[in-house]
Amino acid sequence: MNNNQHQLKQLPKKELKWSTLIWLIVLIAGLFISINVTNAHISVLLAPDNFGQFMDVLIQMCKPDWSYAHVIWPYLIETIKMAILGTVIGSIIAFIYSFLIARNIVKNKAVTGVLRFIMNIIRTIPDLLLGALFVAVVGIGPVAGVLALSVFTFGVVVKLFYEAIETIDYGPIEALTASGASKLQIIHFAVLPQVMTYFVSYVLYAFEINVRASTILGYIGAGGIGLYLQQTLQLFQYNRTGTILIVIIVVVVIIDYISSASREALTK
Amino acid sequence: MDTTKMKKLPPKPINNRTRTIHWLIGIVTVCLIIWSAVGIDFGGIKSSAAQITGAIISGIFHPDWSYVWNGSGEDLISQLWETICIAFLGTFISAIISLPFAFWAANTKHKKWYLSRSGKIVLAIIRSFPEIVLALMFIKAVGPGSAAGVFALGFHSVGMLAMLFSEAIESLDTDANEAIASVGGSKWNTVTFATLPNLMPALISNTLYRFDVSVRSASILGLVGAGGIGYPLIIALQYREWNRVGIILLGIIVMVIVIDWISGVIRKRLV
Amino acid sequence: MVNQPMIQLKNVTKVYPNGTRGLNNINLEINKGEFVVVVGLSGAGKSTLLRSINRLQDISDGDILIDGQSITHAKGKALRNIRRDIGMIFQNFNLVKRSSVLRNVLTGKVGYYSAWKSTFNLFSAEDKQKAYEALQQVDLADKVYVRADQLSGGQQQRVSIARVLTQNPKIILADEPTASLDPKTAKSVMQYLKMLNQEYGMTVVANLHSVELAREFGDRVLGVKSGEIIYDGKMSETPAAVFEKIYNGQLEEAENE
Repeated sequence: MNNNQHQLKQLPKKELKWSTLIWLIVLIAGLFISINVTNAHISVLLAPDNFGQFMDVLIQMCKPDWSYAHVIWPYLIETIKMAILGTVIGSIIAFIYSFLIARNIVKNKAVTGVLRFIMNIIRTIPDLLLGALFVAVVGIGPVAGVLALSVFTFGVVVKLFYEAIETIDYGPIEALTASGASKLQIIHFAVLPQVMTYFVSYVLYAFEINVRASTILGYIGAGGIGLYLQQTLQLFQYNRTGTILIVIIVVVVIIDYISSASREALTK
Repeated sequence: MDTTKMKKLPPKPINNRTRTIHWLIGIVTVCLIIWSAVGIDFGGIKSSAAQITGAIISGIFHPDWSYVWNGSGEDLISQLWETICIAFLGTFISAIISLPFAFWAANTKHKKWYLSRSGKIVLAIIRSFPEIVLALMFIKAVGPGSAAGVFALGFHSVGMLAMLFSEAIESLDTDANEAIASVGGSKWNTVTFATLPNLMPALISNTLYRFDVSVRSASILGLVGAGGIGYPLIIALQYREWNRVGIILLGIIVMVIVIDWISGVIRKRLV
Repeated sequence: MVNQPMIQLKNVTKVYPNGTRGLNNINLEINKGEFVVVVGLSGAGKSTLLRSINRLQDISDGDILIDGQSITHAKGKALRNIRRDIGMIFQNFNLVKRSSVLRNVLTGKVGYYSAWKSTFNLFSAEDKQKAYEALQQVDLADKVYVRADQLSGGQQQRVSIARVLTQNPKIILADEPTASLDPKTAKSVMQYLKMLNQEYGMTVVANLHSVELAREFGDRVLGVKSGEIIYDGKMSETPAAVFEKIYNGQLEEAENE
């Protein structure tokens, strides 16, 4: 054993991975630049004055004013209604649109290409921005919120659903084609049975996101409970803001739970 | 072929329980949809809606090019750059905060169930805390501007990112951990030698994904005064400068598409 | 009436976008009631030949006539009407896995329904009964309301035979119907196909990998190689050596000898 020792090779030096090094440099440079641009030094946050302010607000929020709950109740209902309507409208449009951009259903690449381009652009616009735009268009109120949520839902569902359509088993489509079925019949008999549960699951998922989004849409005037979020914050009534936040969080968590439980039951 | 000997098609066997459940779900869903539709007054749409839509669309096709870059620091490119920086820094902060939260919430072996459950609940609460409220609280603390946006994003993203991280930890196979533990490694050794290296690709990929989302978020934080492109947008909307609205929308769309594309390319490389 | 062939291929050529020749100038006539087996190595063009007949694939040149009508030039409704008369059986069964067996069998009939009628599931009681009878023929009556994904491979292929039976076509194209099955099940599936051929007079064209099954069930053999038909003859007059040579790719030399 000892005799053999000198014949074993020495550990070769670890090769320096240039790509890792470059990524690290990019990351660090990015950090310095963004700290510089945003002026977000951690010292700014931790300055006793500033941090005290933050904690002050937080502490007040933790002493909710429950007498305020009955005022916001109707707006909470409106918020949920907005979320449901937005989800339904957006999902219906997304359902039809998905078939038009699925390449195993529509073979014309020009049609799918243009429609996908439009979809991708719509998907880039964040929910609150859609809200601000629709408030400008239709005026302050829940209608703006419903429209914003519809467009947003469309973006979420259409992407997931067309990908689900494109990954189905192509066999049944061929079998139906071979027996002389029309396009609609092929979709109905060969495609829908394969994708319907996915669709329902995506709609529920979009609904979860919409409930969250709808609670803040009111902040910019697009209806729902967010209006009171803005009012109480402006009047420094943080205990009331706290009430609203607790109500929102409870509702969101409950709806999340129901929705994800039903999604799990679906995919079983 | 003699078909007279053929049996008659029996009626479909009915499972009463599942049928009742299906009907119930259907009826409840329809009722919910009708209930939500009746409450909302669609008649209240401003009569000028069509005209404004037209104005916005024509604004997108005739954007205010002079706003793109004028060197004042208040132009489109500077504002978009600020937005990206807010998202970048916010995501970085949240990735660091998320790690301990993720280990807390991950439902792994040798762990009491209530530990991970409590972590998951905390994350759900953080997720449900609206980020613009958080932004306003930080504005109270550090004043209006992009710093408030960075902190708001940094904390809010933890809710989602730590959840994704913890799912990655849960799906990790624990063989390597056991190997380290079997040679007498401490808990810290296990995490640094086995868990983190295995986890790294998932962490980076999830962080990049979160960065995509953060860029979108950062572009709306300005609506409440927390820096970025959202502020000039809301001003332009209020003053009905549709050409400026158009160029800002175009800017946001291009920015989001480019960032999505870059992060998509990097994530593909990782796999 | 003139005795016209059931399937007629005239100078059929298929060139794939990447330049490969799938079929090369094929001329072929298949008469009513024939049981034709197509043999050849994989990639020889057997599948392309079959899938061109009902135009699951478009051909690049030439013409294909089904019972005297050109399927190559048919469009829309006319194309679908020709396809109604051509049943197809696939290697992977191509059932809708999440639907019931009955529904899968009924899909053979959708070509006879208008879009809205089939959308609302308005299949006539008569067609449902026919579908059930078809299932009895393939000994699957007890599975009528079972979901298709709960059946074994052999059972699924029998469902697809029942589907074709319900469709009641003049022609059946079978593309490697037994390739995903074990030998015993494969044989029983071939027996059902033979039954369709003999009792209902349906013309059967089947791609087969197995020489043994081809010899047992075929009346006429087509040997395919590199997109061309290199052998065509009655099974009874075909010596075993021909098969060996088709598969070893030495047929031309054999004929030249």
